[in-house]
Amino acid sequence: MVMTTLDLDETNLDTTSPPRRAAKLRSRPIGDRAFDLSIGACAVVPPVLILLFVIVLAYGAWPAIAEFRWHFLVSAAWEPNPDKEEYGALPFILGTLISSILALALAAPIGISVASFISEVVPPSLRGLLRFVIEILATIPSVVYGLWGVFVLAPWVMNHLAPVLSKSLGFLPFFSEPFDPRNMLCAILILTIMVLPMIVSVSLDAMRSVPISYREAALGLGATRWEMIRLAVWPSARSGFIGGCILALGRALGETMAVTMVIGNEHRISQSLFAASDTVASTIANQFAEAPSDLFTASLIELALLLFLITLGVNLIARLIVRRVAIGGAD
Amino acid sequence: MNRCIALVLAISCGWLLAGAARADVTLTGAGATFPKPLYDKWSAEYNRQHPEVRINYQGIGSGGGIKQITEKTVDFGATDGPMSDKQLEKAPGILHIPMTLGAVVPVYNLPQVDAAKPLIFSGEVLAELYLGKITRWNDPKLAKLNPGVPLPDRAVTIVHRSDGSGTTFIWTDFLSKCSDAWKSGPGRATTVNWPAGRGAKGNDGVAADVKQNQGSLGYVELIYAANNNIAYGDVINPAGKAVHASVESVSAAAATITKAPPDLRISLTNAAGDAAYPISSFTWILVYKDQSDAAKAKALAEFLWWCTHDGQALSAPLHYAPLPSEFLPLVEEKIKSISVDGKPAVE
Repeated sequence: MVMTTLDLDETNLDTTSPPRRAAKLRSRPIGDRAFDLSIGACAVVPPVLILLFVIVLAYGAWPAIAEFRWHFLVSAAWEPNPDKEEYGALPFILGTLISSILALALAAPIGISVASFISEVVPPSLRGLLRFVIEILATIPSVVYGLWGVFVLAPWVMNHLAPVLSKSLGFLPFFSEPFDPRNMLCAILILTIMVLPMIVSVSLDAMRSVPISYREAALGLGATRWEMIRLAVWPSARSGFIGGCILALGRALGETMAVTMVIGNEHRISQSLFAASDTVASTIANQFAEAPSDLFTASLIELALLLFLITLGVNLIARLIVRRVAIGGAD
Repeated sequence: MNRCIALVLAISCGWLLAGAARADVTLTGAGATFPKPLYDKWSAEYNRQHPEVRINYQGIGSGGGIKQITEKTVDFGATDGPMSDKQLEKAPGILHIPMTLGAVVPVYNLPQVDAAKPLIFSGEVLAELYLGKITRWNDPKLAKLNPGVPLPDRAVTIVHRSDGSGTTFIWTDFLSKCSDAWKSGPGRATTVNWPAGRGAKGNDGVAADVKQNQGSLGYVELIYAANNNIAYGDVINPAGKAVHASVESVSAAAATITKAPPDLRISLTNAAGDAAYPISSFTWILVYKDQSDAAKAKALAEFLWWCTHDGQALSAPLHYAPLPSEFLPLVEEKIKSISVDGKPAVE
């Protein structure tokens, strides 16, 4: 809704007649023009960097692209044996998508609930403190999360969570045997914790920016606190929630260290969340230093390119959703 | 403000000058992580005796070491597995100089088994375990090797390296020699298509994983098993003897070499001899035979000479096996062949 008003304002400005604007431009002092030029140049840098990035990655990956073509995307082979070298990215792509999306699916409801609690329920004096505590989670280095995952989370999953889940939900293929001590579920849980502060932080900002009058109106109409949050605050903060989730998903897709320490690093496609698995980022980090052949290196670079495209794609989709929601919210 | 800058400049100049005066030659090396503790010890000790030479070694992995020496961005590389013919084509004139010996040991976590009496493995059984064909600890093949040992009825969970590694090269080299199925399947490389198990990063990662999870079987360099107090099994050698990995049994494997190929690219796995530990390997420093910088070449050759002679006394306390004296003349010949413009760098 806010965005629409801004757009309108801009249209108003643009109605200034063209000749007058041109005259204004010509008469501007040289300093202004130099300034415009320099910030313009700065603005060009990021897109150019991204373009160069893609070109360099594609160049490095070219031997693998030429060798495997689209098979790289659908093959599950990862065979460095020089006599029958073959590489495929499918297990890693699936691992990346599954771990990130499930982590987001867990983190989003929790994060939005926490943000709602801090924003609407907690007294203002405590709000800052709680927020600070949550945001501290975001400052913990991922290798520390990884160590905690190895020594605390993974054994807990193995000894406590796995028996319970397999007993109650064992009929589902996701919770079937065999159990690996390092597995996909550990990675999902650790990612959930890592992306939580992002979702909380952005959602909290969005909810705090909802005008107080909305809440007053809802309460004035006889809404309970829950109804007020659900009917007055959430709809207006919706694009903020999604924004937080996009940030979170971006982090989850690219997270390397913590994931590689708990996921088990196996390039197999398994239905079970208790099976060792792998992600794109973790594979690159693991294998790059000791790549045994040029084709292997090229395949890793192609993985990097794919990860880049996946994050780009996810971001674009999310942006579309945000726009949809924003328009929907304005109606 | 200006004074501040002047002060900083003066200090940094002084520091640079002092540094230049102290170390005339800096040798940079990169490569295998396995011998890094020893190379660091050697560098420090050598620098103490020869303050004019400084050695800077980065443990970035064998593959990285080969890449860097091929591109000549370092003065020496280091690797646990010898360079392949294909890699040598890109770096003509590389010498392989064996520096020390290491061993890879099968580590396991079975509290039921008496720690004082390690399990016995054979190459065939290890290959079948890693191929996923033997899946339980009380498998008859394991029981046959370990009569009287109360092997538990539980699943073997295999741990391997998730990163490429010289350790994996030695391990898969051994498995390939013992099992045709392994040779024609995953094969021998720094990273392979693992048929079973899960991956952990680095020797320390595998050690931690095995230590934490009962029923696990992994492989690490001897030094990591010894330092982390993990039980490691004896392995049956080609002479049919079960040998415990130790500095002596690894040296014994190298002592059996009577005929070495001229480039010293020798695989030591499954070496003959009653006392030889079968999963042993050299670790090499890679240098170019023809050097361009005379001062560097001299320092490098002298350092290598010192490491392979006086330096060998430092290896055993760190669980590296010294080069056997039978083998030393071959190494000396290589070091002597390092030359600048056709003239030997050292006498």
